[in-house]
Amino acid sequence: MCLAIPALIKSIEDKEAEAEIGGITRRISLWLTPEAKVGDYVIVHTGYAINILDQKEAEETLAILEQIARLTEEEG
Amino acid sequence: MRYISEFRRSELAQGLLSQIHRRSKTPVRLMEFCGGHTVTIFKYGIRQLLPETVEMVSGPGCPVCVTANADLDKAIALAQMPGVIVATFGDMLKVPGSDSSLQEAKAGGGDVRTVYSTMDALKIGGDNPDKSIVFLGIGFETTAPTIAASVLQAEERGIKNYYVLSLHKLCPPAIRALLDSGELKLHGLVCPGHVSAIIGSRPWEFIARDYGIPCVVSGFELLDILQSVDMLVNQVESGKSKVEIAYRRAVRPEGNKQALRLMMQVFEPCPAQWRGMGEVPGSGLKLKKKYQRFDAELTFDIRPIPTREPAGCICGDVLRGVKTPADCKLFGRVCTPENPVGPCMVSSEGSCSASYLYGVGLEQ
Repeated sequence: MCLAIPALIKSIEDKEAEAEIGGITRRISLWLTPEAKVGDYVIVHTGYAINILDQKEAEETLAILEQIARLTEEEG
Repeated sequence: MRYISEFRRSELAQGLLSQIHRRSKTPVRLMEFCGGHTVTIFKYGIRQLLPETVEMVSGPGCPVCVTANADLDKAIALAQMPGVIVATFGDMLKVPGSDSSLQEAKAGGGDVRTVYSTMDALKIGGDNPDKSIVFLGIGFETTAPTIAASVLQAEERGIKNYYVLSLHKLCPPAIRALLDSGELKLHGLVCPGHVSAIIGSRPWEFIARDYGIPCVVSGFELLDILQSVDMLVNQVESGKSKVEIAYRRAVRPEGNKQALRLMMQVFEPCPAQWRGMGEVPGSGLKLKKKYQRFDAELTFDIRPIPTREPAGCICGDVLRGVKTPADCKLFGRVCTPENPVGPCMVSSEGSCSASYLYGVGLEQ
């Protein structure tokens, strides 16, 4: 029920946006994320962007996981 | 960065699993509160991949599943009223109430429409000025701000035939009630990611502080769950209990302030009925006085009918994590996704549905 999926904002008109979700373009509402900009990834729940995804945080998380994988491989 | 495939990489999952196996010494029972997490755990067979020291139990985090029969009956009664269109998210249709379901009400001539978003419901309202549109407000903190936004849009656009049956539930009070019952000893909690995208991580701090239970806010991909389990195991093994965020790309400690502001502009907390848990204080949301003209319960004459629970169904116990779907005599025999007896088999995020789909507990 709380399913929410990443979407890329392509254009913004007032409080709505055209967003690409898995290759499909959908109209979404920006009522909950008025600060969202074209080019941002947001997570969309029932047609509303509920937060803007933070690319830097995502990359840092993946860097930590890559480090864990390297360490476990070395310890083999 | 597309935020999906990156978080499913098998070589990184392998690394996390090795680390969990190496770190975990103390036997722990961890609960994933959210039904979305349950689905990821079953889909990837994560329970089988974890060491014997780590037990995962599913919690009550499925809004459809925890909706009490008395509340379902109200929605069904509305669907049977002439001149009323009930708009709902699809997973509510087949949930059995005391005597009927929304699907049966629809088959009997009721006007029930499945929508993807409240934006669709508002459009139905605009297109049918001679009818009343009632949106079934089912969902946690993730969904409630979208319903609040729809009420504000209806007001802004002068849509006068739009109403909400507010059956929203708030997660932190439910977890407190679950822990206070003392039924289940937990050593860690995987906190819901999209609820936390709205409310932030701070509302979970009482769990770590008052109950000494480590908490990690998790995303919904394979690596998110494994990372969260690893962080919980690490907290247990180092004798800590605090709230950490694994799902940092989507969750900030303070949450989404705009969403919270809209939610609290339109709604205020009230007691709510949870299936399997009874009334939990402060765990529901009702429309504030200023927005009462949108309140379906105050607008329509909904006559209560005697509430009945399906015989033999143990959804209530499954939702509290004290029993598993496999413990239910009906599971996979009488109760299947095609012919569900209880709500946990209806919603795709219900423990019974996820267990059935991925074959967990069907071997007996």
